[in-house]
Amino acid sequence: MSEEKNDNLREELIRYYDGAERVAKIVDEEVPYPDGKLIVSRTDVKGFITHVNQAFVDMSGYTREELIGANHNILRHPDMPAIAFKGLWDTVEKGEKWQGFVKNLRKDGTYYWVKATVIPNIRNGQLLGYTSVRRKPSRSKIRESEALYATLM
Amino acid sequence: MPLNLTVSPDFAPDHISGWFYFNTYLQRKLGIPIHLELYDSFAKQREDIRNGKVDLIYANPYDASMLVREMGFKALTRPMQKTDETVIAVSAQSSVNSVEELQPGAILATTDDPDVHTMGMIMLEPADLDESNIQLKTLKNYVLVAKSLLKGEADVGFFLKQGYDELSTLIRSEMKVLVSSQIGVIHHVLLAGPAFAQYQEALTSALLTMSEDPKGRSVLQNMGLVGWEEMSEEDSEFMIDLIDTLID
Ligand SMILES: Cc1cc2nc3c(=O)[nH]c(=O)nc-3n(C[C@H](O)[C@H](O)[C@H](O)COP(=O)(O)O)c2cc1C
Repeated sequence: MSEEKNDNLREELIRYYDGAERVAKIVDEEVPYPDGKLIVSRTDVKGFITHVNQAFVDMSGYTREELIGANHNILRHPDMPAIAFKGLWDTVEKGEKWQGFVKNLRKDGTYYWVKATVIPNIRNGQLLGYTSVRRKPSRSKIRESEALYATLM
Repeated sequence: MPLNLTVSPDFAPDHISGWFYFNTYLQRKLGIPIHLELYDSFAKQREDIRNGKVDLIYANPYDASMLVREMGFKALTRPMQKTDETVIAVSAQSSVNSVEELQPGAILATTDDPDVHTMGMIMLEPADLDESNIQLKTLKNYVLVAKSLLKGEADVGFFLKQGYDELSTLIRSEMKVLVSSQIGVIHHVLLAGPAFAQYQEALTSALLTMSEDPKGRSVLQNMGLVGWEEMSEEDSEFMIDLIDTLID
């Protein structure tokens, strides 16, 4: 990490839905979404990661080994309001598609914005897990989301 | 009644004869009559699929969802080393150098290839462009998309990457690529319908060994393919889920 990044480094407590907590290092620096790529992951029904593509690995800053089996909230950024994820889970648990803008936390504390779509994986009528596919969001949608999420914290 | 084989209408015109050789090859291997029906429009082909007139199809990934989840088709194989990627390009003269510089009201030249169009529209989202604020020109093929860019009749065009790469060097030198997708997991797929169930195993093994037999290799070459790879049910479900996230 460069000197400059260290200057911006701070620590923040993240409180998860299930009551768990962790102190994460946060660096207010955006990593641009890679053009032309989709960032893909899958989880089991509880939200534990079962599959990630290379773009996911590259953007998250974690290794594939660190990601598989981890709770997907490993990417949760403290600037994201809990209610956004409640909306996500309420929607997909009903068997519906969820779409939204998400600020994700990288392992190094920096962040990246995505437009995410999450759908349930149904096989022979049974829910197997969920798939999320992210694409590049526009700057205007990022600004709108930042303003909205700030009011929901 | 012979079974019916069809091909996603986005096949390259140079490969039409290859699909006829493929049909002959399959009929010899399986010992059954198969009729090949080609379409020049996705809409007409979908109508025939819905009316049960298709038993075996080399399908566009975008249509795989309907075929598998609504019509009971099963994915057998996928073409080796061949994924569907989308290129967004402008004329080399254009002042635009990135997708984000494109403006509302832009004229978009595209085709009716559903997967390329869908990916292309997703790659325009960073510019806040969608079908409500651009003008669509749907053309027959990628040569026409390129021509409309060169003539200044469109501001931006969508291409299947392979279609773009097959344009002449001269035409390509008159264009500028803004973005080229790197998805890697969306591809065409050979799907067999319920009427094909009893031949499924023989068909899959004929396909998987095609590249080992000189006759099969020459047929593949005429289709612009190098061989087939087996696809499991979960492989196809995974791709369909992924595509579902891209369709509104
Ligand atoms: C398929 C899938 C993908 C998800 N992707 C993300 C993600 O990229 N970033 C994120 O913060 N949460 C994501 N979530 C939501 C997390 O499961 C979690 O709800 C969220 O990070 C908030 O953490 P918490 O619910 O433990 O408080 C995803 C959930 C699912 C089912």
